[in-house]
Amino acid sequence: MPSTQPLIHVDHVSRDYRLGETVIRAVNDLSLEISSGEFLALLGSSGSGKSTLLNLMAGLDRPTSGAIHVQEKNLAALDSPGLARYRRETVGMVFQSFNLLPRMTLEENVELPLRLAEIDRSERSRRVAQALDRVRLGARSKHRPSELSGGEQQRGALARALVNQPAILFADEPTGNLDSTTGEQILLLLREIQDTLGMTIIMVTHERPLAERFANRIAILSDGKLVDHFAIQTGARA
Amino acid sequence: MKLRDLTELAARNLREAILRNSLTTLGVAVGVASLVAMLSLGVGLQTLASDRLTKSGLFDAVFVSSRREFRGPGSEGPRKTPAGQPKETPKPLDEDARKNFAALPNVVDVYPQIRFFTDVRFDNNTYPTNVLGVPESSRSMSGFSGIIGHYFSSPTAEEAILQQDFAKDLSPQPASLVGKEITLRYAERRTLSSDEIAKEKDIDAQLDAMMSGGISIVSREKKLRIVGVIESDPSAGIGGFGGGRVFLPIRVAEQLHPAQANDVQDFVRGGGNGKPTYAALTIRVQNPKNVLQVEDAIKKQGFNAFSLLDAARSLRLVFTVFDLFLGRFGSLALTVASLGIINTLVMAILERRREIGVLKALGATDADVKNLFFAEAGAMGLVGGLFGVTLGWLIGQALTWGTTIYLRRQDLPSVRISYVPWWLAASAILFAIIVSLVAGLYPATGAAKLNPVEALRYE
Repeated sequence: MPSTQPLIHVDHVSRDYRLGETVIRAVNDLSLEISSGEFLALLGSSGSGKSTLLNLMAGLDRPTSGAIHVQEKNLAALDSPGLARYRRETVGMVFQSFNLLPRMTLEENVELPLRLAEIDRSERSRRVAQALDRVRLGARSKHRPSELSGGEQQRGALARALVNQPAILFADEPTGNLDSTTGEQILLLLREIQDTLGMTIIMVTHERPLAERFANRIAILSDGKLVDHFAIQTGARA
Repeated sequence: MKLRDLTELAARNLREAILRNSLTTLGVAVGVASLVAMLSLGVGLQTLASDRLTKSGLFDAVFVSSRREFRGPGSEGPRKTPAGQPKETPKPLDEDARKNFAALPNVVDVYPQIRFFTDVRFDNNTYPTNVLGVPESSRSMSGFSGIIGHYFSSPTAEEAILQQDFAKDLSPQPASLVGKEITLRYAERRTLSSDEIAKEKDIDAQLDAMMSGGISIVSREKKLRIVGVIESDPSAGIGGFGGGRVFLPIRVAEQLHPAQANDVQDFVRGGGNGKPTYAALTIRVQNPKNVLQVEDAIKKQGFNAFSLLDAARSLRLVFTVFDLFLGRFGSLALTVASLGIINTLVMAILERRREIGVLKALGATDADVKNLFFAEAGAMGLVGGLFGVTLGWLIGQALTWGTTIYLRRQDLPSVRISYVPWWLAASAILFAIIVSLVAGLYPATGAAKLNPVEALRYE
């Protein structure tokens, strides 16, 4: 069950982009609190600012104004190595286009965050095997991404996101490149992980029915603003 | 990221684009090869010249004379004494001085110039000529390299080596003289003790002995075995053995006590204290770089000292400029190769933009990304450097081989014109790595600065 303790506090955050002479405000004075153990779905149409907000919370981008506190650390105040450390130790990421490195086997892809975190080799192989077993890909560890189906690739990306045992998992349209059945399998897996590991999951999607089936809470964005957010009744979840 | 992981990832990335990276590495190898080939040629020619000059025995020697002597090379001229001060007495170049010189650091040998006139008797004929004593250290000198027969069997062997022109006077086939015996008839200088004077039979003889300052000249004969014939004078010039027709070990020559020109000078000047002096001494040092230090020490002891180091120094300057010139030509090729590295890495960044974004999303720092590209550039430099040194060495060998064929056709001995010392190989590899890292600086910094969000969006 989600705890009431806020894990992430987005405080009046704005993010501007400059396109030539024009300034585009992707996120506009947005505030939001996310509790530990929540499965939050960020819903909105294209250009609503949901992916920008996700990138800001994941430490991939910096806000133009405002503050984002994660585990009481202000991400806006962290320097570049500090932000890299946050991404390495606190965050796991899953992308729409999987982003597995095509030159590496699945096993090596999953091992990559552990290399960056300078974990010992013996510990690495144990953790990689564990992560691949969790996503039921233990038998495909020596395959390259091109030899895997879309669903397997996304499960591989999920294993890579979990291998460092992060506190928060960010998923940017994880089902966007998958058929509905495979997409559903991925979301089932996400919820299984949330239930077993008590991990906080923040997912960007534009498929409201899926969000309502799998998330605890939905936040709706439009033109960079949070227009609504509400909890999903326990009975409504699949 | 740990160094081992960084190396593994860099090696994997290089393997993945094997053709392009191999061509870039080959560019570095060609650049290094041209640099190594040029410099090995410079070093080889310098080594060849130094070797020849060292074997001439002129550049590792200091030539010493007394300030009593007439003004010659290295002489500081008449000693000017300030008014009222007693005139400085020049020191004699005698056995004591010789021992002092031998005790100086880095001195290998101190030997006098023993040169005297003699009659050589061979096959019932007499041939007037002059004899020179040569030190043991002259064994390696170039003048003895083409000897017919062999060098003296020991420093005290009663043996002689003849100069070819003189040998031809003795026999139309000089080589046939080796092993035969000659007899030297020479004037021995004897120092008489008071006992010897007293033993003289009549008072007139005793008075003569005393009046002559205690020296006498006695005619002597010495039998020597011919062991070799040399084509030319081993060395002409100051302090060398120029003008010699018959050569014998200097220790044997000293034991003969031959009368020399300075004996008369000693007699006139000293009024006869009986102690022999040397006209000049040659001091051989361990290394030409020790020459100046030894020369200074001798001058401080009150003798004239002279060396040919200045000439050697100018020669070194010429070779340094020559090396610099060759090195610049070689470096040009390496500069072109470094542009190839920049091009390869810039292309790699464009291709791997998304990969850089993923690495950053997974927690790679800017330094991790920069180091990865640096490692790839460094690896291309290392492999290119290793191949380049090998290729450069092979080019040098081919040049030496071609030169040898040409020289043989001209009836000249072969020489090694290209030489790759370990320091040149190590420096070339290091230089290739440094050039590659510098070339990788711009692309690696660019990669590190990539915004992860933009990099992930890149298709």
